[in-house]
Amino acid sequence: MSTLPVATVLAVSLAYLGLLFVIALLVERRIERGRQLVRSPTIYALSLAVYCTSWTFFGSVGVAATQGIGFLPIYLGPTLMALLWPTLMVKCLRIAKRDRITTIADFIASRYGKRRGLAALVALICVIGVLPYLALQLKAVAAGFTLLTSGSASMRGGLFGDTALVITLVMAAFTIMFGTRHLDASERHEGLVAAIAFESVVKLCAFLAVGLFACFVLFDGPAVLFAEAAAHPRLSALWRFETSAGGWFDWSVLILLSMAAVTLLPRQFQVAVVENVDEAHVRRATWQFPLYLLTINLFVLPLACAGVLLIGPALAADDYVLGLPMQSGHPYLALLVFIGGTSAATGMIIVETTALATMISNDLVLPGLLHRAYAADLGRLLLLIRRGAILIVALLGYLYFRYAGEARSLVSIGLISFAAVAQLAPAFFGGLYWRLGTRSGAYAGLLAGFVVWGYTLLLPSASHSGWLPAQWLIEGPLGIVWLRPQALFGMDGVTAITHGVFWSLLANAAAYVGVSLATRADAQESAQAALFVGALQRDAERPIPLWRGGVALPELRALLVRILGEARAQAALEAYRNRHGGRVDDNDPGLLQHVESVLAGAIGSASARTLVASIAREAPLGLEEVMHILDEASQVLHYSRALSARTRELRDANRRLQELDQLKDEFMSTVTHELRTPLTSIRAFSEILADNPALDPDERARYLGIIIRETERLTRLINQVLDFARLEQGEAQWRIEPVALGAAIGDAAASVRQLFDDAGVALEVGPVPDDWWVRADADRLQQVLLNLLGNALKFAPPRRGRVEVSATRDGASVCVAVDDNGPGVAAQDVETVFEKFRQSGSNLTAKPQGTGLGLPISRHIVERFGGRIWVQPRSGGGASFRFTLPLEESA
Amino acid sequence: MTQKTVLVADDEENIVVSLEFLLRQLGCAVKVARDGDEAIAMIREHRPDLVLLDVMMPARSGYEVCQMLRDDPALRQTPVIMLTAKGREAEIARGRAVGADVYVTKPFSTRELSARIRGMLDLPEA
Repeated sequence: MSTLPVATVLAVSLAYLGLLFVIALLVERRIERGRQLVRSPTIYALSLAVYCTSWTFFGSVGVAATQGIGFLPIYLGPTLMALLWPTLMVKCLRIAKRDRITTIADFIASRYGKRRGLAALVALICVIGVLPYLALQLKAVAAGFTLLTSGSASMRGGLFGDTALVITLVMAAFTIMFGTRHLDASERHEGLVAAIAFESVVKLCAFLAVGLFACFVLFDGPAVLFAEAAAHPRLSALWRFETSAGGWFDWSVLILLSMAAVTLLPRQFQVAVVENVDEAHVRRATWQFPLYLLTINLFVLPLACAGVLLIGPALAADDYVLGLPMQSGHPYLALLVFIGGTSAATGMIIVETTALATMISNDLVLPGLLHRAYAADLGRLLLLIRRGAILIVALLGYLYFRYAGEARSLVSIGLISFAAVAQLAPAFFGGLYWRLGTRSGAYAGLLAGFVVWGYTLLLPSASHSGWLPAQWLIEGPLGIVWLRPQALFGMDGVTAITHGVFWSLLANAAAYVGVSLATRADAQESAQAALFVGALQRDAERPIPLWRGGVALPELRALLVRILGEARAQAALEAYRNRHGGRVDDNDPGLLQHVESVLAGAIGSASARTLVASIAREAPLGLEEVMHILDEASQVLHYSRALSARTRELRDANRRLQELDQLKDEFMSTVTHELRTPLTSIRAFSEILADNPALDPDERARYLGIIIRETERLTRLINQVLDFARLEQGEAQWRIEPVALGAAIGDAAASVRQLFDDAGVALEVGPVPDDWWVRADADRLQQVLLNLLGNALKFAPPRRGRVEVSATRDGASVCVAVDDNGPGVAAQDVETVFEKFRQSGSNLTAKPQGTGLGLPISRHIVERFGGRIWVQPRSGGGASFRFTLPLEESA
Repeated sequence: MTQKTVLVADDEENIVVSLEFLLRQLGCAVKVARDGDEAIAMIREHRPDLVLLDVMMPARSGYEVCQMLRDDPALRQTPVIMLTAKGREAEIARGRAVGADVYVTKPFSTRELSARIRGMLDLPEA
């Protein structure tokens, strides 16, 4: 064995890590300088290849050498899963973007009502479950380092242990530099992703290099290699499916397990969902990622054969990849291989611990802090917590490796982690596709699955390492044979992992479905369920109001201003005001919802909910403390994503302004026209009277009468314009109370009866029961009735005109109809008559009769009462104007 | 000198009354049309010496009436005064384009309007 000096390996390794850091730094610098790096779909696909860790790099060959093609299911699963991405992944992306999801724990908790408890449980499962996986990486790098520098892979000893610890600390430091540069976890780590994609290329190249080396340097081509292997008694047996470890059942379980893992592992969720910049990238990844998996597996069998033939039992099978170039005297190729393996491990450790640290700080630590009145700088504290969490997770991984993992193969360690993470599958996939899944169901499933996982996989692993007596594995706890942790209910003849996965997922899924069916979701949960399950439908984007109570407006406003700044807070409130008929009240639950969604855009859904909840309900946390955390988080506005969103907002606002401006122009033009008409008469007759002092008294009186009437018309018009403006701007005063409908119609009819009699138009009022009370403002209701009656009178033919008023009940509302026998309203005008200054006929030729504002005003009023107003043709000619009003409940 | 006939086309009753008064004062015979169609029919029938045309009328706008007048060789010479409550540049230009001789914005000065009518009809000073 040719070895390399420790200093060389150390220097090259650190130089490589430094290179990664420079790549990440350069990318982030570019983005900070505003030059948006075009993130290609290939970088996305390469970052997904963080799935291939040192397990793949060293472990696959180990499995192939001992169990034949048993290494394959771990790559077949993700390949199958990739086929589902165009729908599954896109759905996740839509949800994650809408709710600003930051981790898999956030995702699952969000689906079941954004509760911290569930997020904490998922975070806990992830942390505990993934520790063995982290240990695996440390073990691989430490073992590689030892082998490369000493030529032996002695598994125990002071130096080896120290090496692993040093590696742990270096990786942790590196991760802290990469992953926690800013507080906001929903922010993308573009530099990190670029570094990960680069690592994926390096590990692939290194693996292909050693594969080609084995095939063409150590042997005369793959044909020769396989011919020799076929002659090897142990190898030839491994190649046949039926004799390689595990039958169809084991294979199916492993495929399902890896399908779950590639979706649910915290680091996979991080790169696939949180770091995704463009939904369209998924399409390319659907074939590029499986292609990557295929390529990196191409030389697994040749390397395994070469290892068995040339090294045999002298080294552990996991060390063959490194051992082959070393044994044949190519230490620098071995160094390249080591760098490839380190790449694989580094990528995994960085992304995984970053994701776990976010979960720990957001879901495990932050909730505790939020309920204590910390006056200190919580924002900075949070950043420290996240950094501390990275260090602690890395050290826990080291401890697991040191005390539980040293004796086991890479793949068997990794599979335990896969099985833990797979416990999220029922709650995750059920949550995406099954609306009836409830939070209680998710709790039950996760707990049941996690407990069975611990019992069948974690405890036996601890026993194997000597931390628990091994006796109970064989005899069962307290001698109960059917409870043996690796043969529950007598299940035998499958691998321990298959056994554990089978029982834990069975318990998990059964508890999830059973408890879900037995419990009811609360309002918020159902709303989130609907949003998740229907995420691919467009209308699912509208938020559903979930707050029962409200908060005083100034308090909400202060919260918004502190995070978004004065201008955007104002715009956010303005947008809400416009959408709700110009009114913003204290204690409006809808406004609370609006504020939450606006905040979520800046600081993520779960934090936004916690903050709004903290001022909405019991308010254990004073506003000041809340503000404090937010100051830090509001930094997010400076980053590019927020900027592009802002540009879009501005563009929309500008378009709205232009539309409004044009509308205002039309309005002004029509208003002035309407004012000019009575003014014309007034001026003309005033001048006639002034110029003709000798007019006879009758004529004089007639002209003065016209002036007076036109002046009244002008006054009425001005009043209506002002009234309309008040209604449109929401400044009108309302006194909504129960109003007796029959009396209101009677009053209106009485006050116009004389006008009808003068015009010779018959006015008939149908019977209205005395106990029909509607919720309305009595004066405004009169205004609507008078407008409609005046309208009908105007269009009814003189002398033979006939107008009928009637009311009919329809469930919880009542419909009032004012019918005339005039010319009716043309089909194309039934909508426009309710727009300001538009009566039937085209804008140019029709002279509006009256002010043209009566119907628009009536529509405003009726809609404010919660009803609607419309016109329909009347059978036998004429128009029927109708409006509905809600009936008073106690009627 | 024969009495001049003037057609007033407007659908606003009170304005028609005021115009009738002014025209009678000038010694003209007055015919009244309430919409665009009626205006065209009456122009054909009475061959007025002057037409006072409101722009916004039911059935046919004053612009259309004026355009038809200018397209008809027999009526082409009839002078037209357009009356409108729309006083913007674009609308005045449109009135000119369809061949109105004078464009008057409402509310108008009765003295000024009378003077213009007098000039167009070649009437003596009152």
